[in-house]
Amino acid sequence: MPFTFSIYDFTGFTQWIDTALRSACSPFWAVLWEMVIVGVLFLAFYAVVGLYLVYAERKVCAFIQNRVGPNRVGPYGFFQTIADLIKLLMKELIPIKQADKLLFNLAPFIVIITSFLALAAIPYAKGLHPIDLNIGVFYIMAISSMGVVGILLAGWSSNSKYSLLGAMRSGAQIISYELSVGLSLITICVLAGSMQLSTIVEGQRDLWFIFKGHIPAITAFVIYMIAATAETNRGPFDLAEAESELAAGFHTEYSGIKFAFFFLAEYMNMFIVASLAATIFWGGWMPLHVPGLEGFNHVMDFIPPVLWYVGKTVVIILIMMWFKWTFPRLRIDQLLTLEWKFLLPISLVNILIMAFIVLMGWYIGL
Amino acid sequence: MAEEIIIKEADEQEISINMGPQHPSTHGVLRLVLSLKGEIVNKVEPHCGYIHRGIEKMTESMTYQQIIHLTDRLDYLSAHINNGAVCLAVEKALEVEVSERVKVIRTIMDELNRIASHQLWWCSFGMDLGGLTCFFYGLRDREKILDIFEETTGSRLIQSYYCPGGLMADLHPNFQTKVKEFIKYFRKILPEYDELLSGNIIMMERAIGMGLLTKEQAISYGVTGPSGRGSGFSCDVRKHHPYHAYDKVKFNEVLRTEGDTYARYMVRMDEMRESMNIIEQLIDNIPEGDYVAKMKPVIKLPEGEYYQRVEAARGEFGVYIISKGEKNPYRMKLRSPNFSNLSSLDLMARGNKIADLVAIGGSLDYVIPDIDR
Repeated sequence: MPFTFSIYDFTGFTQWIDTALRSACSPFWAVLWEMVIVGVLFLAFYAVVGLYLVYAERKVCAFIQNRVGPNRVGPYGFFQTIADLIKLLMKELIPIKQADKLLFNLAPFIVIITSFLALAAIPYAKGLHPIDLNIGVFYIMAISSMGVVGILLAGWSSNSKYSLLGAMRSGAQIISYELSVGLSLITICVLAGSMQLSTIVEGQRDLWFIFKGHIPAITAFVIYMIAATAETNRGPFDLAEAESELAAGFHTEYSGIKFAFFFLAEYMNMFIVASLAATIFWGGWMPLHVPGLEGFNHVMDFIPPVLWYVGKTVVIILIMMWFKWTFPRLRIDQLLTLEWKFLLPISLVNILIMAFIVLMGWYIGL
Repeated sequence: MAEEIIIKEADEQEISINMGPQHPSTHGVLRLVLSLKGEIVNKVEPHCGYIHRGIEKMTESMTYQQIIHLTDRLDYLSAHINNGAVCLAVEKALEVEVSERVKVIRTIMDELNRIASHQLWWCSFGMDLGGLTCFFYGLRDREKILDIFEETTGSRLIQSYYCPGGLMADLHPNFQTKVKEFIKYFRKILPEYDELLSGNIIMMERAIGMGLLTKEQAISYGVTGPSGRGSGFSCDVRKHHPYHAYDKVKFNEVLRTEGDTYARYMVRMDEMRESMNIIEQLIDNIPEGDYVAKMKPVIKLPEGEYYQRVEAARGEFGVYIISKGEKNPYRMKLRSPNFSNLSSLDLMARGNKIADLVAIGGSLDYVIPDIDR
């Protein structure tokens, strides 16, 4: 197979690597090598995205708060978070007396591994999609809800009351908001007729689902944004680590790189929910196409899919940061009221409406 | 650990938790021992004294001029006002009449200080509720007042600008224009505060109806200042026992009857507007005259007892001096508003959630060095 590389379609490139490996060694080793390559790439990707989300958050929050933000390490403080990471790596890991050592050490890994696993199922560009599961949406949902186990363990094993309170809050919160996240995604799955992420993206070739499904899709998007912010434990739903109430919540007792794990995982979770929102509602790497406007669609096609994907994800992440730095925090009972009394009934009705619309063929598009 | 926990019936399980002395939302080294039933606060037990410096005892070996500098360190956010209380007490004892200029300047300074204090309270209240952006908005504007203070008094936080008989120094020539500029600016910026926090639905949900304190309770616990006025307790010393030039200006005592966190919040927001009204009435007609009256170098108060109260940013601040005719007071008692205000925290927080306790504490606006003295 000849070497081909196109920024618009990575299929040829990945297939060329595959064929080259398979011609060089046995199928078993070829698959193993592929896994190693993808794994190393993702580790690097994870670290870079995590660090630069932290940097972005610090800059965005600084701009919202009339400040300059990090500006000392490198141009515009560009290497600040890398310096921070090195500092955290070199810091002492303080052992906690009477902590449950095994669970205490295990918790940050559970949190970080769950956020890492979810990355594999996201379509980044055409042909750049590590695992295209036929239940991709379900997989990401399942994996990202495993993270709460890590948070609960962290709170329980720290042998600190603040941590325990934070963990219990987090448990109540994530389990509740999981429902709304799931239901709002299912609304779109009904429209797409599939849970496979590649099919969902392809289904938005004529128009993104948020426009195609009009009212129920927009409702689902709003619910998803609220619930996803809550699920990632971010402000105004950051009750698990409410610094004015619980010092630092579930990660009060963690130090050094273990603390950094929680910190990175939080930002990666934000990245994952933003990617998922971009993929499900805004078409992922699919350029904006409007049925009937051929010229416009061609112009949009000139922008590479990777840029479309990154752009959409960044916009959603910025919206989430904007939430965090504008709103005060909710109280735990208000948080649960919001979910059980408002978001959940609305999403249930929303699915019904969406099913009806799909049945009657009232959605926009071809 | 497991052996130590005595398991009672499921609904009787209480955990006690130390909030402080090192905790982000106790605004200093206050230690609150909480009894929690899950998220519900059953009891709040404040433990004071972590920053006790024995200021009342120290005054007994100091001259009155020196004592002024100690009062700055009580409620450091209303330094001018505290200075004023001691100065007024000494002047009353010596029957010294300060010039009109001094009175007017003191009034303006007090009100500027009140605005600065309420701004910082707004910052930290927002932060207690989890809105970190408020902090920087408030500090940005407070900086402008501190700049005005710095120009005239030489320092920013604890100025010790008043002295018995008048002021340490005359006003800086820029003072009037700068204050006018500030008021013009702040009138424009205050609606921004309302947009960011006062009108926010999350903030209103968390504040309205929370931490109720009735008028009777406020009176019996001695809760004064904006916290007391939020419960409808008319306790403004400026209005009832005017000092400085407060009898010459027109202003309203901000009163609210709801007695919840939101009422206390709104009282402070409105007080900032009232303070600006007071300053506007005075800033253009500061009378000419001496900025300090002639005083003896060694001040000896005649034998007797003297009490002077002023309206500090957090409530009624009182200075009670017993003099035996010496250059030091025989005994000095400082009535700090925060101490009495803090005593009502348990009453208000009982049965509410931890998050509410933090919000209620924020609405009481305590400054720990003032509690511990």
